[in-house]
Amino acid sequence: MTTANWTSDEIMTVTAARSLRDRMSCFVGIGLPSTAANVAHRTHAPGLWMVYESGTLGTVPDHLPLSIGDGILADTADTVVPVPEVFNYWLQAGRIDVGFLGAAQIDRYANINTTVIGDYANPRVRLPGAGGAPEIAASCREVIVIMRHSSRAFVEKVDFVTSVGHGSGPGDRERLGLRGAGPVRVITDLGVLEPDPVTRELVLTGVHPGVEADAVREATGWDLVVSGDLAVTPEPTEAELSVVRSLTGAA
Amino acid sequence: MIVPLDEAVRELVHDGDTVALEGFTHLIPVAAGHEIIRQGLRDLTLVRMTPDIVYDQLIGAGCASKLVFSWGGNPGVGSLHRFRDAVTSSWPVPLEIEEHSHAGMANRYVAGASGLPFAILRGYSGTDLVANNPNIRTVTCPFTGQELAAVPALNPDVTVVHAQRADRDGNVQLWGITGIQKEAVLAADRALVTVEEVVDTLDPVPGQVVLPARVVNRVSVVPGGAAPSYAHGYYERDNEAYRAWDAVGRDRESFGAWLKELTDTPAVSEPAGRGL
Repeated sequence: MTTANWTSDEIMTVTAARSLRDRMSCFVGIGLPSTAANVAHRTHAPGLWMVYESGTLGTVPDHLPLSIGDGILADTADTVVPVPEVFNYWLQAGRIDVGFLGAAQIDRYANINTTVIGDYANPRVRLPGAGGAPEIAASCREVIVIMRHSSRAFVEKVDFVTSVGHGSGPGDRERLGLRGAGPVRVITDLGVLEPDPVTRELVLTGVHPGVEADAVREATGWDLVVSGDLAVTPEPTEAELSVVRSLTGAA
Repeated sequence: MIVPLDEAVRELVHDGDTVALEGFTHLIPVAAGHEIIRQGLRDLTLVRMTPDIVYDQLIGAGCASKLVFSWGGNPGVGSLHRFRDAVTSSWPVPLEIEEHSHAGMANRYVAGASGLPFAILRGYSGTDLVANNPNIRTVTCPFTGQELAAVPALNPDVTVVHAQRADRDGNVQLWGITGIQKEAVLAADRALVTVEEVVDTLDPVPGQVVLPARVVNRVSVVPGGAAPSYAHGYYERDNEAYRAWDAVGRDRESFGAWLKELTDTPAVSEPAGRGL
């Protein structure tokens, strides 16, 4: 292990932030996605156009919201639209470049579960449910997922498909009429996974400094393929870390 | 038109009704939800896109037999434990669920407000929601042949919302994040609005929604009636209260103590409205 001056959560957030390009429109989920989007906005992507599902378009909060509808989001937005408009006129009509989602469970084809663990009719754990995610995953030009890595979360097959990633493989999104490209990257506290261009299966394409590929395979519930061209995430810069810490309140 | 909250709830909400208390993080009609609990209403079908802690409380108090929703959680904190307990252990009573996505629920209200039998959207395709909810179907576009999702109109018996203010005639004005409130009120058979205050004139505010008095049955003046959510321009979201609910809701006994305290306390409402 390195004796890094950052945590695994911090490098996950910084890596996710780097995935967002300046001037993109980004549909932001609460929690880890919201932190990363706000880091991007304050570092390399000052023109990032953040949309929260409460109808706040082009919002620039001066601190991290706890919910998708905190007052700070409305105060700093270009405009606030009613909920049917944000889903119909903006998301469904194809005006959002990237959807930024979290998940409780994800599988080898990047299908996402935020509904139940166990059987739907008799669940072991009842989770909050779909929210905006099914249509965000369907209609944004691309999707980025950010979540912590564990074999409980990275499973062979999700217990419930709340939001479709790459279905059961090549051609499924097209067959289902899903217009966006689906998940293009999954960023975790261990590394980065991306779908294989042919099989659509998630492959380990990057690890964070000090993380061995075997450790990621160990924390994954399927036989994770490791890219022959495995990248190592560049260390977070001081500037990135100070922005992350100013947002999360870490010293 | 303007009556105390307990009276408004007694008049408009009845056992077995389909009731939507809407609010998308902002302007959640929490005080009205608490009054429904106090009056011991039962067998309600509760509807809301984002059931949060006031729905956890209604469910834990045994008011609901069914929940129609798209995201049930404590925003930014975690799960709703009374909701979980009802779904996984039927405590205190069994809770049937009908589950959608936000886009589906939003369009259901739009259809309801529009007097249409159903709504269409690009949605749900490939998800397991379809197989678990008979109210998610498909329809073929008669012009292009595209297959789209269809969901039935949502027409609550009663919609309850909270707003910043009303005038003396019962016209209602809200602003900030206005969510799905306009559609939920227009889709309903009856509407109850709690407000922060009553004013002589509704001065225009950027981004406002005005609900004309003719679609509002009762207004009750309940300052702070959206807390611990917030009322833009009046008070902020009490994020600490949302965090604190997690421990209360997690445990049947601590919830029971919370419930007893609520039902032992009479409704806080101004009899005829401030300044009347």
